[in-house]
Amino acid sequence: MADAKVIPFGEDPRARRTARRPVNGTAVPLTPVPEARTGDRPRPAPPAARGGRSLDERLAGGLRFLRRRLTGEYEVDDFGYDEELTDQVLMSLLRPLAEKYFRVDVRGVENIPAEGGALVVANHSGTLPLDGLMLQTAIHDHHPAERHLRFLAADLVFVLPVVSALARKAGHTLACAEDAQQLLERGEVVGVMPEGFKGIGKPFADRYKLQRFGRGGFVSTALRAGVPIVPCSIVGAEEIYPMIGNARTLARVLGLPYFPLTPTFPWLGPVGALPLPTKWTIQFGEPIATDGYPPEAADDPMLMFNLTDQVRETIQHTLYKLLVQRRSVFF
Amino acid sequence: MGRVVLVTGVARQLAGRLVRRILRDPSVERVIGVDAVAPVHPLGGAEFLQADIRHLAIARVLAETGVDTVVHMDVNSTPPGRRGSRTAVKETNVIGTMQLLGACQKAPRVQRLVVKSSTGVYGSAPRDPAVFGEDTPPKSLPSGGFAKDVVEAEGYVRGFARRRPDVAVCVLRFANVLGPCADSPLAEYFSLPVLPTVLGYDPRLQFVHEEDALAALLIAASAPRPGTLNSGTFNIAGDGVLLLSQTARRLGRPTLPLLLPTVTWAGAALRAVGVTDFSPEQIRLLTHGRVVRTTQMRETLGFEPRYTTAETFAEFARSRGPGLLPPESLARTVDRFADVLSARPAQ
Repeated sequence: MADAKVIPFGEDPRARRTARRPVNGTAVPLTPVPEARTGDRPRPAPPAARGGRSLDERLAGGLRFLRRRLTGEYEVDDFGYDEELTDQVLMSLLRPLAEKYFRVDVRGVENIPAEGGALVVANHSGTLPLDGLMLQTAIHDHHPAERHLRFLAADLVFVLPVVSALARKAGHTLACAEDAQQLLERGEVVGVMPEGFKGIGKPFADRYKLQRFGRGGFVSTALRAGVPIVPCSIVGAEEIYPMIGNARTLARVLGLPYFPLTPTFPWLGPVGALPLPTKWTIQFGEPIATDGYPPEAADDPMLMFNLTDQVRETIQHTLYKLLVQRRSVFF
Repeated sequence: MGRVVLVTGVARQLAGRLVRRILRDPSVERVIGVDAVAPVHPLGGAEFLQADIRHLAIARVLAETGVDTVVHMDVNSTPPGRRGSRTAVKETNVIGTMQLLGACQKAPRVQRLVVKSSTGVYGSAPRDPAVFGEDTPPKSLPSGGFAKDVVEAEGYVRGFARRRPDVAVCVLRFANVLGPCADSPLAEYFSLPVLPTVLGYDPRLQFVHEEDALAALLIAASAPRPGTLNSGTFNIAGDGVLLLSQTARRLGRPTLPLLLPTVTWAGAALRAVGVTDFSPEQIRLLTHGRVVRTTQMRETLGFEPRYTTAETFAEFARSRGPGLLPPESLARTVDRFADVLSARPAQ
């Protein structure tokens, strides 16, 4: 598979900062990317006026919630997704991280359809999959229809205790064609980061360089289900844990795909495990329709490669574009 | 002339009830129950033949009685009654199935074979898809225990179906069967006063009510209704899913989360004492859970379960009596607390 055509910018951050001046005229036109709307669009208020209700009402609501939880009278779906727990607890825990810590700027969220299935394809980075959690929070809090993102996660997630239980409750499931297909056919918004461990565990020097997109299985799944593919670019996650080294032997002993060494971790212990407070931007691109193809197209490898490339290039172009616009890593 | 139905393993509750249910079918002339031990429950008007399906005698039974429908229910995870070894159960499951199939192959009158199987064939592993379809290959085959017996028995059944294409073969993979008189290892587990769980995992469980299990077996054992097909492999499970934490709360039994290695030891200890069958596959089920897709059951077999997973469990919970932390009293405590708060003088 040929590498995507990308605009070569400087490799180091300093060069990138100076490149904010108009890009030279020979640049490839960035057609598939919608114009970035700079954040003065009124944001939909995060879930129905949390502070607006009186203390008593909130207390009563909290007690009703506690009653349901204690007696087990709540519903989970076949994948173990606990919508109530996600909305009331997990999202409330992630929201401050998204709004106060990483100050996520969400753009183009309306590219995700208000109803019906869609496949959100995003870049993966940051050593720990915080980008996935932030993407889920961003879509839930900013989409007018408050859509829930169902993430396809690596198998490692479901091997680990605690993490596996929480991931299932938050609506994540194993990244495999069967699960993805079933969720898409139910009309859910499914999120996938096709770079996988290659993307999240890449060294700091390779930041914002998209890795290979697996075998492009996500495209054929979307095609089979006839749902649009929404490319998504996340800027800011690369710098939360600058991975300057990889303790391969230790990783192999622990059964992990990589063991990150950052300027602070593991040297400073738990303090070093704090992510750096970078400024994030999550940009959703124009949806790529797949319902125009005949059903047998899902088995056409050339078409799959072309579509995979198209998605990959869109994300890569948008990444570079957002990087050019970015003032600094932290603001 | 009516049909002649042979049911194996009738000393068990479920098979005994199935026999009585089949007798009500007007198209059935004779029902023959077979088991190595005599059943303690009545079999209605059915004939009981004491025969061990592990021995050649079963072939003679089939030949002499002119059986046309065989319902193989003698695939079980636990020994009958309190005593009995796991080895004997395994032999009945595997050798018994082999002998029975061999006998069926020699019996030209046999037209229909129904085998009670289990969703245990899918195993339970973190790397498996969340929902198993009938055609999903398991990522890791069960390494031992009941699940492996079932995998092997199903293999023999597939071989039989190839050799006798004129016989309609129906394999029903049941999720955990629960009901007021269930005696499965899972039912025993839920009867423990404190439920040991694996720390950090909350498995998804699916149940099927005994009534629904019987209804599905009846559909499989009779002629297909118009528009449906009752040969093939079908998952049978109630709608919906319950998490283990949810089941514990609904039962009102506290849980005791243990680290995975500790659970294995505790399981071995409990098994040695004879409290419950805490086999490794049972622990795997209670770690990673298992959910199956039931589209084929609805669309091809034409069977709609009457009870959902939650309703099945509610019925089971009622039959077991309250636990240490009954959900009603917890709810009442929360309500009382809410009353106290709302009774506060408004500022």
